[in-house]
Amino acid sequence: MSKIETKNLDLFYGTFQALIDVDLVIKEKMITALIGPSGCGKSTLLRALNRMNDLIDGVKVTGKVLIDGKNIYEPGTDLVELRKKVGMVFQRPNPFPLSVFDNIAYGPRTHGLKDRGKLGEIVERFLSRVQLWDVLKDRLEDSALDLSLEQQQRLCIARLVAVMPDVVLMDEPCSALDPLATQRIEELMFELKKDYTILIVTHNMQQAARVSDWTGFMLLGKLVEYGETKQVFTNPQEKQTEEYITGRYG
Amino acid sequence: MKFKPQTKQKIAFILLGIAASIVIIPVILILAILIQRGLPAISWQFLTEMPRMGMRAGGIFPAIVGTLCLVFCAISVALPLGVLTAVYLVEYAKRNWWTRMIEIAIVNLAGVPSVVYGLFGLGLFVIFFQFGSSILAGALTLAIMELPVIITSSKEALMSVPRSFREASLALGVSRWQTIRHVVLPNALPGILTGAILGISRTAGETAPILFTVAAFYLPRLPKSIFDQCMALPYHLYVLSTQVPNVKPALQYGTALVLVGMVFLLNLVAIIVRARIRSKKQW
Repeated sequence: MSKIETKNLDLFYGTFQALIDVDLVIKEKMITALIGPSGCGKSTLLRALNRMNDLIDGVKVTGKVLIDGKNIYEPGTDLVELRKKVGMVFQRPNPFPLSVFDNIAYGPRTHGLKDRGKLGEIVERFLSRVQLWDVLKDRLEDSALDLSLEQQQRLCIARLVAVMPDVVLMDEPCSALDPLATQRIEELMFELKKDYTILIVTHNMQQAARVSDWTGFMLLGKLVEYGETKQVFTNPQEKQTEEYITGRYG
Repeated sequence: MKFKPQTKQKIAFILLGIAASIVIIPVILILAILIQRGLPAISWQFLTEMPRMGMRAGGIFPAIVGTLCLVFCAISVALPLGVLTAVYLVEYAKRNWWTRMIEIAIVNLAGVPSVVYGLFGLGLFVIFFQFGSSILAGALTLAIMELPVIITSSKEALMSVPRSFREASLALGVSRWQTIRHVVLPNALPGILTGAILGISRTAGETAPILFTVAAFYLPRLPKSIFDQCMALPYHLYVLSTQVPNVKPALQYGTALVLVGMVFLLNLVAIIVRARIRSKKQW
């Protein structure tokens, strides 16, 4: 089942073309990794999928991005609804300077849930989901900024899944974390795959090989190769892909 | 005559040091003279009583109340207007000729001499809108003066809120306005408040803008509404010093001390608020 499809997607920052004719089909409830050297457009592609690029002045997009068959670049698209459905986890953990509880409750609250008891249930449910409940259940009123970086990133994931998205976009979610924390976040991603379609941008090729079902290799704004992870890493079809994954390039 | 480089350096440092120290002298002199001559006049009666005998005796209570009224009314107009302007400029507006016009206007507003504000207030509020000489007219004039300070500091406060907070919120499907209300403004609040207090303290001591718009020469009663005239400390001080013969100098210095004390207190509050929030801030 394809969840997301891009068709002839071009994206310009002013006169610079950051994405060139990208065609990509992303399967539902799988982990898809985007790899490539810095500046290849992988983050830009990720941000094109929930229109976070709109925040930057001078961005122009042509082509289509279909999510559940609907083009999100159609005029009149409700960005709020889009981003509820397609959420994002960032490179650096970015909890709000609020308590643990208020961080998780932020999404549901701004979307209209006021009942303290129900919010409490949500906080428990989603902290459990990211294996933080046991550690933090007595520290719900502590500032989220006092947590370790790994816990902060887990909290950000919990905060995101608490608004019930379908798709979770992760922009190098482990690059601020140590190897052990990285491993545990990867385990969490496996666990979340049951319910969410996950896209991860990473410049760590081992990570892509470990966690993803599908892998796309990007270079200079183009999607050079896209296929099942095993195939991309063991038997790449393109010379550039082979050079990159064997470390001869980038 | 030739000096060694070390000697030249020494001379330069000494000159720089002297220049920097000269700045302190007027501050110390002003405070010392005010306290020495004004403090004896300060008493509970002086602060809480009406002036008597053509201001030659009694207290300055109506002037204190008048200044407080003006400050309060001015800030309750200028703060919302200034913050909304800053939010528009920082969060919504695209960079184009129109926003540049607005920004140039703000910079120029800050440079207008205060007496011009006074005449402007007289023309617009007192005469054109027929508010007469009143707290309303005076406060609106002061509010316009405060605007550039408040807008500039609010803009800085808004821009200092990390972009990642906004992105995190937007990526949760929260609208831009909700993001501003729930994430950006709470985190910018300390900066905005500091700006507001500095705006107040700047206008609390101004004489020229209230001269034609509100200040009463001698009015030994409290204002009843915002359409009343009132006395104000800076103007009262001016009157005592130049317009009324045979005033005891202690009264003049006492009034000046109260005015400086009030402004100083406001600045102190701003500094404390800023320091406390800064030490709490973790990002």
